[in-house]
Amino acid sequence: MPYDYQPFPYVAPPGLTAPEPRHQVVIVGAGPIGLAMALDLAGRGVPSVVLDDNNVVSVGSRAICWSKRSLEILDRLGLGDRMVEKGVTWKVGRTFHRDKEVFNFNLQPEDGHKMPAFINLQQYYVEQFLVEAAQDNPLVDLRFKNKVVAVDRQPDHAFVDIETPDGEYSLETDYVLACDGARSPVRHMLGLDFDGELFEERFLIADIEMEADFPSQRWFWFEPTFHPGQSALLHKQPDNIYRIDLQLGWDADPEVEKQPDIVIPRIEKVVGHRDFRLDWVSVYTFQCRRLENFVHGRVIFVGDSAHVVSPFGARGGNGGLQDVDNLGWKLAAVLNDQAPGTLLDSYGRERAFGADENITHSTRATRFMTPGDGVERLFRDQVLALAAKAPFARAWVNSGRLSRPCIYPMEAPDNAQLPDITRPGAVASDAPQGNGWLLHSIGADMTVLGIGCDAPDIKGALGVTVEVNDHVRDRYLGDCAAAIYLIRPDHIIAGRWITPVERPATQARIDTVLKGAP
Amino acid sequence: MSLTTTPNLTDHDGFYEELLAAHRDLTPDQSAALNAQLIMILANHIGDRAALSEAIALAKS
Repeated sequence: MPYDYQPFPYVAPPGLTAPEPRHQVVIVGAGPIGLAMALDLAGRGVPSVVLDDNNVVSVGSRAICWSKRSLEILDRLGLGDRMVEKGVTWKVGRTFHRDKEVFNFNLQPEDGHKMPAFINLQQYYVEQFLVEAAQDNPLVDLRFKNKVVAVDRQPDHAFVDIETPDGEYSLETDYVLACDGARSPVRHMLGLDFDGELFEERFLIADIEMEADFPSQRWFWFEPTFHPGQSALLHKQPDNIYRIDLQLGWDADPEVEKQPDIVIPRIEKVVGHRDFRLDWVSVYTFQCRRLENFVHGRVIFVGDSAHVVSPFGARGGNGGLQDVDNLGWKLAAVLNDQAPGTLLDSYGRERAFGADENITHSTRATRFMTPGDGVERLFRDQVLALAAKAPFARAWVNSGRLSRPCIYPMEAPDNAQLPDITRPGAVASDAPQGNGWLLHSIGADMTVLGIGCDAPDIKGALGVTVEVNDHVRDRYLGDCAAAIYLIRPDHIIAGRWITPVERPATQARIDTVLKGAP
Repeated sequence: MSLTTTPNLTDHDGFYEELLAAHRDLTPDQSAALNAQLIMILANHIGDRAALSEAIALAKS
């Protein structure tokens, strides 16, 4: 069944008839990032106005691979179960050279996590679920067909000029969050530009509907016999929709390549028959670039407006949701006078670090897939040749390193006897707790976990005494008997101690975290 | 300094001869491919990341 694109209603905003009181947060863009941002802030009691120039979800599957971390974030917003129920769960990626498998990876070899490694779900479903949640939330004021045409930055607030079908109006706001995508009009209004690398290679991307029995895995081919000399990617999505990406070369003409009489024979060679319906097709190039700074006074860039990557690795949408995760609690703390404005600078610092890691991985994958003439192609081809005969070379076959959250650099209290995966800067690992999950016990403010001991009573923090089981022991204790973990509202570990009586140190660490110190 | 820059092979001359023999009758493209594979095989065998960086720096100097 093709997706039924229903337009969302436009309602004339109050600002057209009388000036509106100053808002705390105006979010530009009602894509996955803007909507998740609004819901995250609402969950922390912060109201926002979300402006979008359009009135329908995104056309075509676009961002489809949602990582475990994204699902954990969306679960906090109340959408995790709905996403997993509708999506296609997968954890194994297989890579082929010509017709032989040369490399595979399992992104979640162990159990004891609520969320799977990845699901595939078309961006239009994700946006639909988010819109429905936003419309049900009294703290989210969602305005379709409201196009931002100007942003005027002031030292402690900003003005936003907006065009609607009924005329223009202005809003005054404490903060503007630009969640308006890779071509970000707000970025252009501020005269800001990306730094980084452009790739000229063209890729065809298509959604097809067909009855088929492909396993729920990511399949990637280098130089497949059905598409000689190029690469191809196949993903299964819900509703019998399959997503196919085909490398076309740098000299392909996008207008020609998009024609059904060109596309259909190409797809036929991939799937081996013509019994499918073409649902959506697009041709794209990509960039791996970012803004130098994400925070520009009262205008803050979030998601693709701040950084763009090639799609191999699913680091665009997932990276954007990690921005949302990082910014939400910080902005709420600053607006509620619980933290100084310097806390927002730590958003810029930490997410630029995350963006650089995403850009590094996606640039490397893109290089491997589209090597330059000469020595780049020589080494790429020889890695593929070696992979067929020696196991060590298989790990060099790079069809995309799939999104994982970065580990923020931190000068945090730590103890090296505790497991590496839960070191400060990392996302707290989930684990079963009775009939529930460890991540569900993390609070809206700072949380102090007592593991193998009672949680200490710390002012301004939620104390949680954790049930110790094998998963908790492996992930949080190692050979130690007890530990205290300090967890930020975005599930990031901000410090840990092995002596149960660390109340002053924990309190002091909370104070430095709220100032935005690393 | 983790890169060995003093003599470390028991049969220097023999290895040199074997390396040249491996390239005999190859086209320049085939030789380049052989060298690329050899570099990757040896890099993996050495395994010491710092030593490899020093080797690249030494070769480029």
